[in-house]
Amino acid sequence: MSTSTDRATTGAATARHPGRVRTSWLLIVFGVLLASVVASVVAGARDVGVADVLAGVSGTRDTLAQAAVSQRVPRTVLAVLVGASLGVAGVVMQGVTRNPLADPGILGVNTGASLAVVTGMVSFGLVGATSHIWVAILGAATAAVFVYAIGSLGRGGPTPLKLALAGSVTSAALGSLISAVVLARNDISETFRSWYVGGVGGASFDRISLVLPFLVVGTVLCLATARGLNSLALGDDLAAGLGERVALIRLGASVGAVVLCGAATAVAGPIGFVGLVVPHLCRLLIGVDHRWLLPFSALGGAVLLTSADVVGRLVTRPEEIDVGIITALVGAPFFIWIVRRQKVRAL
Amino acid sequence: MSATVDLVVRTRVHQSRRRRTVIAVLGALVLAAVATSLMVGQRFYPPADVLAVVLGEQVPGASFTVGRLRLPRAVLAMLVGLCFGVGGVTFQTMLRNPLASPDVIGISVGASAAAAFAIVSLSLSGAAVEVFAIVAGLGVALLIYLLSYRGGVAGTRLVLIGIGMAAMLTSVINWILDGAGNWDLQQALRWLTGSLNGVAWSDVVPVLCAGVVLGPVLLAQTRRLATMQLGDDAASALGVRLDLTRIVVIVSAVGLISFATAATGPIAFVAFLSGPIAARLVGPSGSLMVPAALVGALLVLVADFSGQFLLGARYPVGVVTGVLGAPYLIYLIVRTNRAGGSL
Repeated sequence: MSTSTDRATTGAATARHPGRVRTSWLLIVFGVLLASVVASVVAGARDVGVADVLAGVSGTRDTLAQAAVSQRVPRTVLAVLVGASLGVAGVVMQGVTRNPLADPGILGVNTGASLAVVTGMVSFGLVGATSHIWVAILGAATAAVFVYAIGSLGRGGPTPLKLALAGSVTSAALGSLISAVVLARNDISETFRSWYVGGVGGASFDRISLVLPFLVVGTVLCLATARGLNSLALGDDLAAGLGERVALIRLGASVGAVVLCGAATAVAGPIGFVGLVVPHLCRLLIGVDHRWLLPFSALGGAVLLTSADVVGRLVTRPEEIDVGIITALVGAPFFIWIVRRQKVRAL
Repeated sequence: MSATVDLVVRTRVHQSRRRRTVIAVLGALVLAAVATSLMVGQRFYPPADVLAVVLGEQVPGASFTVGRLRLPRAVLAMLVGLCFGVGGVTFQTMLRNPLASPDVIGISVGASAAAAFAIVSLSLSGAAVEVFAIVAGLGVALLIYLLSYRGGVAGTRLVLIGIGMAAMLTSVINWILDGAGNWDLQQALRWLTGSLNGVAWSDVVPVLCAGVVLGPVLLAQTRRLATMQLGDDAASALGVRLDLTRIVVIVSAVGLISFATAATGPIAFVAFLSGPIAARLVGPSGSLMVPAALVGALLVLVADFSGQFLLGARYPVGVVTGVLGAPYLIYLIVRTNRAGGSL
């Protein structure tokens, strides 16, 4: 709908050689991902040589440099996984709500997950990473339903403006609740901080293996609805006319996206704007077919988060900037750019 | 004919009487809230002691507690409440959208980021901080305006661009506080949600000056702003110089908000809540500026008092008002839906 103009132009470009264009972009993005993964392992506060990198990756941690490298490996893996999840979740949210501004951060879903985790930590003494993930998914689901419900009230249904406003006001209110919960407990404020800003610094393979099943389930659910999302883009009535079960697609895709957002937030804190930026860029490159867009956005999200993490480590060496700050600094201008491109009526 | 005129006159008289009553009651409540927060605390001081301190007499014990701790805090709470209330309702009126308050569209966040940068990163204090805050507040307002300008400014686009701006500036605040080394949650919350902890007279003076200078300027625009409610074309046909009025209104509203933010941080949702609450109380007559300012002051005073003494832990005022915002939002949307309107 609102992105119809750029959809039309990319559609024309890809219509001529759809396969070739997509495959070459896929190869290029994959190459960029490899490069950013290598950069993420090599770059950081401490300079390391090639020999140290090889030794560190294979698990040796005899020198400081090797230890640093072997710390960066799980961090890189986590950045790739979380970035991919947020990219996929962004595509699905934009597809389900037919809203170019949908993003787990903007719609308050990540904040909902955060509040649930913080409340779980403080009030119920939840410590295990698995329970964090479950609680985060619950929180993400509640926030998503709430924001969508209040955003779609009134005339005109869920317009981008109403959804974005409902999301931002809800996440501000939830943010205050988070502060209220944390303030009562000074002892956890430091753990809370590093998690809340959104970072992949504390990654370990144990935590990754705990969250991986959730990410896989969420991704599979989202991929399964790819065809349905293509029909949904035509409007509910037409999709139903084409024989799609609209409600089922919406439900499946939303559950998948919420699982991805909740699990990603539980391990890496609330990271905004990845789910907004990546789908739009991917749509420009390969068009609007969700069967391609979903895997492509997964790659794109991984590239964005990994490189944002590298940038955050390099800009203020030896200090680090958390990756959530970088994605917001990059993503918010992008958000504004998308808003500027839209026709007013579409908002 | 005359019956209709009679009805209109009677309705108007009734409405303006209601408005005056509401303003009087709100004013009395604000004064009562100030008096309560001066008397009640860890230790209770009777009204006579408090009055003596306010009049400048020396009362053992009370002179310090009331005069140096409670009085500046209560006065500042009232002042920033007035500023946020009037600034918020100005933007909501001008953009004709109850959700378009300066705290939602990033202006308070911008002022807060600048104040945090000046204080935390540059170790400045005093007037320099205010200058940073107001320049940033105006800068953000101008930037949002320019970015949303495409052959005219549409309200929706402006609000959405403001939301994007607010998200970016929030992460700038996180960055500033993160780089500050020893991260302090109370300090962070001041710049993220607003707090009145550790307030002194030196914080009160700039906000008072801003209020005395900019408040009357803004109030003088009341009639023109009301005419602009009819729509731009109608307003300019009725002789309102749209651009000039807009600039005067924006500069003074942003000024009030920025000075208040530099002193206490952006106290969450006060600007957002005051206008609509005032509208409910006053009804559909006259300007909302004065009632909204009073509602703002009352909100900040009550929230600060509850945050300090009524809840389990000591919460900064912004956390309390932030939590208040959530149920109000649901109410606003449910009510708008019932009326069949759109936000």
